[in-house]
Amino acid sequence: MKLVVAVVRPDKLGDVLEALFRAEVRGLTIGRIQGHGGETEHVETYRGTTVRMELSEKVRIEIGVSDHFVEPTVRAILSSARTGEVGDGKIFVLPVEKVYRIRTGEEDQSAVTPLFPAPEET
Amino acid sequence: MSSPINGADTAWMLISTALVLLMTPALGFFYGGLVRGKNALNTMMMSVSALGFVGLAWALVGYSLAFAPGSGFAGGLSQIALAGVGVEAQGSIPHVLFMAYQGTFAIITAALISGAIAERMRFSAYLIFITLWSVVVYAPVAHWVWGGGFLSSMGALDFAGGTVVHVNAAVAALVAAIMMGARKDYARQAILPHNVPFTLLGAGLLWFGWFGFNAGSALGANTGAALAFANTLLAPTATLVVWTLLDLRRTKKVTAVGAATAIVVGLVAVTPAAGLVSPASAIVLGAIAALPSYFGLLWRARTRLDDSLDVVAAHGLGGTVGALLTGLLAEKSWGSPTDGLLFGNPRQLGIQAMAILVVAAYSAGASWALLRLVNAIAPLRVSKRDEGLGLDVSQHGEEAYVRGEGALLILRDALPTAAPAPLAAAATVGAAGSRS
Repeated sequence: MKLVVAVVRPDKLGDVLEALFRAEVRGLTIGRIQGHGGETEHVETYRGTTVRMELSEKVRIEIGVSDHFVEPTVRAILSSARTGEVGDGKIFVLPVEKVYRIRTGEEDQSAVTPLFPAPEET
Repeated sequence: MSSPINGADTAWMLISTALVLLMTPALGFFYGGLVRGKNALNTMMMSVSALGFVGLAWALVGYSLAFAPGSGFAGGLSQIALAGVGVEAQGSIPHVLFMAYQGTFAIITAALISGAIAERMRFSAYLIFITLWSVVVYAPVAHWVWGGGFLSSMGALDFAGGTVVHVNAAVAALVAAIMMGARKDYARQAILPHNVPFTLLGAGLLWFGWFGFNAGSALGANTGAALAFANTLLAPTATLVVWTLLDLRRTKKVTAVGAATAIVVGLVAVTPAAGLVSPASAIVLGAIAALPSYFGLLWRARTRLDDSLDVVAAHGLGGTVGALLTGLLAEKSWGSPTDGLLFGNPRQLGIQAMAILVVAAYSAGASWALLRLVNAIAPLRVSKRDEGLGLDVSQHGEEAYVRGEGALLILRDALPTAAPAPLAAAATVGAAGSRS
């Protein structure tokens, strides 16, 4: 099992979710975060106060997948989150030691296998 | 000879002017709540900036084109830059007050258009467009109906601006939405209102201000004002109730955005009729007006027409229904200059329809030409990148909901080095702290 962590532009989230669902990747967590990936900062002015915003709004997507799902998941995100400009984000693939599904107590492979459609055999 | 200026009329019109002015920031809240958070300031600024740009254009040129003596098609140029507009009587109120009151109408009419092009128009292009539009489109149309122009000679009834304000703005909005094209995310992603309470706040303030809009259009503290006031209360009540029932029938839930919309639709519809129909007729009018707008909204959302905040459905359909029903329900016994169809004057309905068509045709053609012109000076749309980033940051360099983490204070190089260091440090901390 792997944990795929992707940091993408908030306005690309819709595209990414669509691509993931098309790739039949279900079950994910997202969070609004702020980050900096080398893109140009923008300047904002509030009355006499001018500030450079070094952090940009991003969305972090976390997906626990079984090994053979890593490739389709990553490809879906790569193709949908890209604009070609600096600031498109990153994808990290991390090893996962243990996974539990809280509702049933299932572990590992069966815990990251979606229930619908019919579970794939492990 | 005593002055024809009447104190009571003047007092009421002073208040009405302030009430109508409030409608423009109210519209900013109404629209601002309906867009995504990254475009909230941009959308609200489209109303706020109209206060300045359209208001000034009105004083310099618009007022003269609308109300100075001229032909049937436009006022003259004799009152450019308010020449000769003093405290002498215009009707029973000081001329400057009449000018100011009418100016608040020009401002909100131009601002109404912004709902159709929200979340994608370059702000500079928008400012040029609405400023020119208020002079080239709004002022002549106001002259046709209220300044002694040909529509008033034909006998068209438009008490407070169903055609001049709402149909006029909605047609311009329709043309602008078509010419600008849809937002890049339109019909691809769910684009949801980011702050429905703002929209409700805006609707409430609009209703409040609309008492000045409609009852003030009597231009005095008189029975016509009282009737318009009561009808401005009654018509939206009926629209709101009918809308609620339609919502219940369709989704089994009463939506807040629907309620806010219903209030505006009812207000729009009663605008042309306010001082010309009985209170019972106003209720009927408000109830009927809910239907075309309600189903118009549903239909529009399934099309490629990205009239983002439904200016056409709310103001175009509402204004048209109101203007036509005025031709049906107007009554001499309630102060209308002529009766409507139901009271023995079938011609009135045709005159109303004619006025709507003439205004719609002119507004469509002139708005199209102006947008082409503006596009030649400044592109109408922001880049895709800026649209994705949000127009608050890309057009205004501000955010509505700024968090402030990662904001580095840029201290001006020009600051004297002798500036006490603790002060500068404190300012940095204060700036970061106040936004966290």
